[in-house]
Amino acid sequence: MNKILIKGTGIGGLTAAYELFIRGADVTITTLDNGFSNSASWYAGGMLAPYCEREGTEQIIEDLGIKGMKWWDQTLPEFVLHNGTLVIATARDIAELDRFSVRTKGHEKVDARELGNLEPCLAGRFQKGLFYATEAHLDPREILRELKNRLEHEGACFVAPNQDESQYDTIIDATGRERLSFDEELRGVRGEMLLIRTSDINLSRPIRLLHPRIPLYIVPRKDNLFMIGATMIETDNCGPATAYSMMELLNAAYTVHSAFAQAEIIEIGIGIRPAYADNLPRVKRIDNTIFINGFYRHGYLLAPAIAVQVADMVLNY
Amino acid sequence: MLSLYNQNISSRLLLGTAQYPSPAIIAEAVRNSGVEIITISLRRETAGGKQGERFQELIKTLNVHLLPNTAGCFSIKEAVITARLARDLFNTKWIKLEIIGNQDTLQPHVFALIEAAKILIDEGYEVFPYTTDDLIVAEKLIDAGCKVLMPWCAPIGSAKGIRDIDGLRSMRAYFPDIPLIVDAGIGRPSHAVAIMELGYDAILLNTAVAKAGNPIQMAKAFAQAINAGRLGFEAGMLEPRDVAVPSTPVIGRAVFS
Repeated sequence: MNKILIKGTGIGGLTAAYELFIRGADVTITTLDNGFSNSASWYAGGMLAPYCEREGTEQIIEDLGIKGMKWWDQTLPEFVLHNGTLVIATARDIAELDRFSVRTKGHEKVDARELGNLEPCLAGRFQKGLFYATEAHLDPREILRELKNRLEHEGACFVAPNQDESQYDTIIDATGRERLSFDEELRGVRGEMLLIRTSDINLSRPIRLLHPRIPLYIVPRKDNLFMIGATMIETDNCGPATAYSMMELLNAAYTVHSAFAQAEIIEIGIGIRPAYADNLPRVKRIDNTIFINGFYRHGYLLAPAIAVQVADMVLNY
Repeated sequence: MLSLYNQNISSRLLLGTAQYPSPAIIAEAVRNSGVEIITISLRRETAGGKQGERFQELIKTLNVHLLPNTAGCFSIKEAVITARLARDLFNTKWIKLEIIGNQDTLQPHVFALIEAAKILIDEGYEVFPYTTDDLIVAEKLIDAGCKVLMPWCAPIGSAKGIRDIDGLRSMRAYFPDIPLIVDAGIGRPSHAVAIMELGYDAILLNTAVAKAGNPIQMAKAFAQAINAGRLGFEAGMLEPRDVAVPSTPVIGRAVFS
């Protein structure tokens, strides 16, 4: 039987491993040195927002993203929250809302009253919004742990890095930014994020605050946690976050609700998203190694579609 | 032909490189529109990465003149540091000097701008200052040694088009020999035509192209609009009048009434 080694436990590696495993393949997975925290996936927002992401990207993101959302629904339904996405803008940037609505599908316009019904905490704070009812979100850290647990539990093998690769028929390299030094077409796009905690605010769904400079979002998680993301800086420098970036993120949160000013800062995270020049992921085959990389901002949205493609390739469908 | 600091430039469209869907789309937009100068902005952390220049390398392969930009700087010191960084990174004396006076309005801080221009010109830079259409500020920038001026026509990213046509007209009239490039505030190709018809030398755009539904096609639309406006200006346009002028000769017409 085809023995497969999957390198990397970011979202690209784990979804590919899982897809191959449930199709009956013999998979071994190497963990990276620092566990999950080394990968961009650990710092992701976890928004399954194929329609919103269409703004500023290409149609293929929406198409593959819709497939991805279905995969998550079938694979880990209890981890996917189907509460939609709410897009808002301040009075000053209200023109951005019109622009966003022209560029995207899958939404309805909501007025102040409807917006307040969707998110009571935001009632009276925003006059208009766009509601993407069919979008969803998940918690990336829960997902990574769950995929790994399931694979481990059901008999897939997790091993240390630097395996003797000659004993495997196929290698799947999903090592993300570790490839930056080897793949000349790949570049790093730094993203800084924040985890904050407050019990004063309840949100049911990701909130996107439109802003002319960077699109910022707030994703609610369990235990009164909120993830605020994310900057996009053209560099693979993973040094400490700058005050400027933190001010941008916190300003966005404060603009959405002033009670965020009292939140506790739990974590400042920095992820380097590997991306190709077109910001679309690639599957490249060189001899018996298949490289998957370049998920950019769209790991959780696109990884399933790529995992299916890789599994088809390996199992010769 | 347009000459900027002794460089002959045949395309009168300059493109900014921020906010595009991907670097590949920037590249295609540049190639498709014949652009010869692109701006590139720097943040300090950008320069820190091991392969932090990957994006810059991509941009360099386009084979166009790079105009590094101090976008997002709020003080003289920040702008000067950024300019020095840019010179090391891109090996060019050119710098688009932008100092923002207010985070919300993004208006140029004209006082800091003049001071920073003096410092950079002393250090041998060729400065492209992002300014307003204020004539005295413009004069001070020229006194400082700027040989190009880049006035706004409306606030950055506003897509408003010409907000004060008389201001732009008088600036053109006041500085007939200085290359004037409108930078900021343009939303659609018709805005670009109108500016070029005033006799402006070129236009620098970013958001209007980057955030268009199809940036590649929009870059081309702007290139054509800028060309049309320039040709119209050079050809000499009719001044509008209040009453009709028959387009066929009336003298000699048979009189039947």
